Amino acid sequence: MIADIKAFLSDFLVLGDPLIYGADISIVLSMVAIVFVLSYFKKWKWLWKEWLTTIDAKKIGIMYIIAALLMLFRGGIDALLMRSQITFPNEGFLDSQHYNEIFTTHGTIMILFMAMPFIVGMMNVAVPLQIGARDVAFPYLNALSFWLFFVGAMLFNLSFVIGGSPDAGWTSYTPLAGAKLDPGPGENYYLIGLQLAGIGTLATGVNFMATILKMRAPGMTLFKMPMFTWSSLITSLIIVFAFPVLTVALALLTIDRLFGAHFFTIASGGSPMMWANLFWIWGHPEVYIVILPAFGIFSEVISTFSHKKLFGYKAMVWSMVLISALSFVVWLHHFFTMGNTAAVNSVFSISTMAIAIPTGVKIFNWLFTLNKGRIEFSTAMLWALAFIPNFLIGGLTGVMLAIAPADYQYHNSYFLVAHFHSVLIGGTVFGMFAALHYWWPKMFGHVLNEKLGKISFWIFMVSFNICFLPMYFVGLMGMTRRMYTYPEGLGWMPLNVVITIGAFGMGIGFIVMVYNIYWSARYGKRDKTGDPWGGRTLEWATTSPAVEYNFAHIPKVETADAFLHMKEKGTTGQISKAPFKPIHMPNNSGKPFIQAWLMFFAGFGLVFEWYWLAIPAAAATMLVMAFRSFEYHDHHYIPVEEIERTESATGRLN
Amino acid sequence: MKRLTLKSLGVLALFLVFLTGCTNKVAVLNPQGPVAKQQYDLIIWSFILMAIVVAGVLIIFIYVLVRYGRKNSKGYDPEDEGNAKLEALWTIIPIIIVILLAVPTVKTLYGLEGPPKPANATGKKVEPITIEVTSVDWKWLFRYPKQGIETVNYAVIPEDTPVKIKLKAIGAMNSFWVPELAGQQYTMPNMPMNMWIQADHPGDYLGRSANFSGKGFAHMSFHILAKKDANFDAWVKDVKANKPALTMEKYKKLLEPDIAGEMTFSSYPKVLDKKDAAMEQHMNNDDMEGGMNHDSGH
Amino acid sequence: MSSVASNQSNKPYEPLEYSTEDGRLRILGFWIFLGAEIVLFSCLFATYLVVHSHTAGGPTSKELYDVKEFMIETFLLLISSFTCGLGTHELRRHNAKGIIIWLIITLLLGLGFIYMEVNEFVKYATEEGATVGRSAFLSGFFVLVGTHGAHVSLGILWMTSIIIQLAKRGVTAVTARKVFIVGLYWHFLDVVWIFIFTAVYLTGMVL
Repeated sequence: MIADIKAFLSDFLVLGDPLIYGADISIVLSMVAIVFVLSYFKKWKWLWKEWLTTIDAKKIGIMYIIAALLMLFRGGIDALLMRSQITFPNEGFLDSQHYNEIFTTHGTIMILFMAMPFIVGMMNVAVPLQIGARDVAFPYLNALSFWLFFVGAMLFNLSFVIGGSPDAGWTSYTPLAGAKLDPGPGENYYLIGLQLAGIGTLATGVNFMATILKMRAPGMTLFKMPMFTWSSLITSLIIVFAFPVLTVALALLTIDRLFGAHFFTIASGGSPMMWANLFWIWGHPEVYIVILPAFGIFSEVISTFSHKKLFGYKAMVWSMVLISALSFVVWLHHFFTMGNTAAVNSVFSISTMAIAIPTGVKIFNWLFTLNKGRIEFSTAMLWALAFIPNFLIGGLTGVMLAIAPADYQYHNSYFLVAHFHSVLIGGTVFGMFAALHYWWPKMFGHVLNEKLGKISFWIFMVSFNICFLPMYFVGLMGMTRRMYTYPEGLGWMPLNVVITIGAFGMGIGFIVMVYNIYWSARYGKRDKTGDPWGGRTLEWATTSPAVEYNFAHIPKVETADAFLHMKEKGTTGQISKAPFKPIHMPNNSGKPFIQAWLMFFAGFGLVFEWYWLAIPAAAATMLVMAFRSFEYHDHHYIPVEEIERTESATGRLN
Repeated sequence: MKRLTLKSLGVLALFLVFLTGCTNKVAVLNPQGPVAKQQYDLIIWSFILMAIVVAGVLIIFIYVLVRYGRKNSKGYDPEDEGNAKLEALWTIIPIIIVILLAVPTVKTLYGLEGPPKPANATGKKVEPITIEVTSVDWKWLFRYPKQGIETVNYAVIPEDTPVKIKLKAIGAMNSFWVPELAGQQYTMPNMPMNMWIQADHPGDYLGRSANFSGKGFAHMSFHILAKKDANFDAWVKDVKANKPALTMEKYKKLLEPDIAGEMTFSSYPKVLDKKDAAMEQHMNNDDMEGGMNHDSGH
Repeated sequence: MSSVASNQSNKPYEPLEYSTEDGRLRILGFWIFLGAEIVLFSCLFATYLVVHSHTAGGPTSKELYDVKEFMIETFLLLISSFTCGLGTHELRRHNAKGIIIWLIITLLLGLGFIYMEVNEFVKYATEEGATVGRSAFLSGFFVLVGTHGAHVSLGILWMTSIIIQLAKRGVTAVTARKVFIVGLYWHFLDVVWIFIFTAVYLTGMVL
């Protein structure tokens, strides 16, 4: 009996590994520190009222971005651990099992718990403001989306210290990820954590589609929307059609693992390849979900800092529409090498190459936005400019990978690893960093320091190339992804050393950026105008940070670049002009937070197949939803006096 | 911004060095057989096209940054918002490039389905040989059905002879990749697949699994030794005469998840030939041990 | 968000559930959600069709399905969709009592359907040894049909809560919107069932 308990605890708490002890200690310490700070400064109530129960999209956006930065840190540590292990041949820093867990969590976290919340966070921060709305269509649901993402991420990260991390790669291919070859809770963490976050994302997609379609300021027709809003609309559409596929794929594998079904098993008629199909039918659109909003941000930033209209607005929109359509018909290129017929591979080769056409159109339109402009090299602009050549290399190696017979040589090699990091970092991460510097004043009321920003940009961008360009060659030399070690004598070492140096350089660049955030919070220039960059779109029409209700009067829109037009016409005052009317706003609510944590416990129960926990927690979740359904007084009016007070405090009231 | 562009040019130069010079270690760029050669040709063709695109974009990029990267650049036109002719131009150019890539891609794809054309000058038809390759956690089994021999983690092939590789997996999926001889194909349980390899010259070609398959994955490398025809026959004879037989017991041992060194067997249990499909089904079943015990009774 | 319920008498042709911006938004949102549901069920259908022949020596669809049972299930659900539609008809007349009566009938028919389906599953499992773990085909069957069944069960709980709200509050812009949306959901499940009826049961009897 005691031996049983001991054995259980040893597995449950993953005993015997110094790295995990370190993680245990740091988690406990940071939790103690957080509790202490909150209690010492009497901030518990503030935390609950202002953040945990908020349904204000602007605050939810900030929470998403904080979570994304934390996950970028975690995923980055994973990356550095991996690089440390494979810098030299035959290293013993990490063993095989440990390395497998780390590359699995690195990939999963970076895509689903870093890139996704970063993008959704930016959408929350910017879209309602850009379309002149007071919030999203469903603010309560929006809060629930965030908390579902958050508990999904927490559940996934918990695996490291309780029960063991998943170890079958972020693609989690069956049969390797099936119950037979990979028993234990690790893979369950992956399935349930992603499921929770995925449901949250699906709700975000529904929410932003409704918001953008229905809540635009009067006069803002679809073709007068800012490009980031366009990209968010198209992204939301892809989310709505792609994420249910992930839901199904995860659910089926969960049912396989927990209830002995045979969807993806080798035995009893299961089809392991079906997982690859379902996973990539979601997975390929997913990469456009994380890149299109970045495209939108680049369009905003490049136009703003060239001080010039976006070149080829309509072409920019239609190319995004085309990309989103093509994104659903290329998934098979992820497994050209699974014995398809020449005809099938031909079709998917060509459909994949075809994506280069609308993407090329976008690149040239950005270049011609710069053309005849007055280019201002701000930090946000540097990230956007660096995107063009870096993404170009990533995109074109993508075209090379689309050539199926050539892919037989690149597939799963470091050439592929280099490619997708080039596009995901050079595209998504650069885009998010650009957005971070661009919208930071709108979120927090002060700009980030330009000098520190540029230092972090150059360190990160140069290191990024030092890290990933050599990877193409290591791949051509025959090094495959996910090898925890390699033997001597293959000539791989020199380039691997360079790659590791680049990886640590990126870490340094990130640290400088974090320092910049700290420095600017204390000493950074406050933005009194609400329009620090000479902005063109409506988010710059309100204060920095925006007031709770965004706009005292909903602005009237006549053209694209609506705010620029207002400035030219001298009508910017219309937003804050008395008299006011009471503003209808939704109430804060603790229910999304509570419901998400109940779902966390239901999920945790499923991970360990503890149905005594999973079933009551799931039932309690239903109960919260029922309570919500019976809730009728979920909104309030901001009285005129309060609006007047707020507006005069901003100095905008005439 | 100058640093940025210089760096990009440097990268190009570096790539060119790799393409032209020291390609010995760059396996993919060092094709040693007709299959890899076809893929290499496509890679080079696509690289040339991509290099042209990179050059074109970078020239425009550098030009606009230098020309308009000033506070009061001349020719500033904030209302410049589009040009239908230009849009058409940069839609058509990528379409042409895609067509230039798609045609050889499709041709090569169909070409790779059959055995490679004989590379030797005489053009005489060489009889292909067949090797059944099975990935097991975490090793490679090579079976020569005609010669009746089996090897582990290495295989010997005659030069200038098309070799038909029949791929199978027991356990997790892997991918069979010998970059100097041919691009990879997956090995998948319950889904037998074929591919062709051929070596132009005698040599030792390193292959490895390219698809992650668990703890021992990094150790799943193997050698393909290409020999002259006569030497290949001598090797077969030598194996037949001097190497031990693969017994059912040993075979079962090989199926257990572990890494292994190179091994050679003069024969393998004949039951595996006949009962192959059924055996595999058993081995892949959840009750793997149970299934195996039943069969070993034969 | 900004406008309050607009004056009903000005626009007699505008249904109550569409009379507020909130109502319009939520109805649109629900349509989008149904789009996602279509994708979800499409994947389950595709999976089922892939594994339909993978019976691994276990019972086949031909051996398993019982025409009488699934015909009764189909009729129960089809009629419930019709009575749900009658509920919406009463909604147009702002007749709370009428809505409640038709929704209760809908609920009872839905419960009948679930009863039949659970019975069917239990019979398969106990009499034929056909469980979710028997073969890929049965995994696909139970998960596809079971997901639909779970949706119907959730719909029953949801509709119950809306009946209570309707009884408490009468027909308002908010309750009208709720009745309308749960009706959309119910009809959607009916449509999914028609696909299950043809792609799973009818096809399964032949192939």
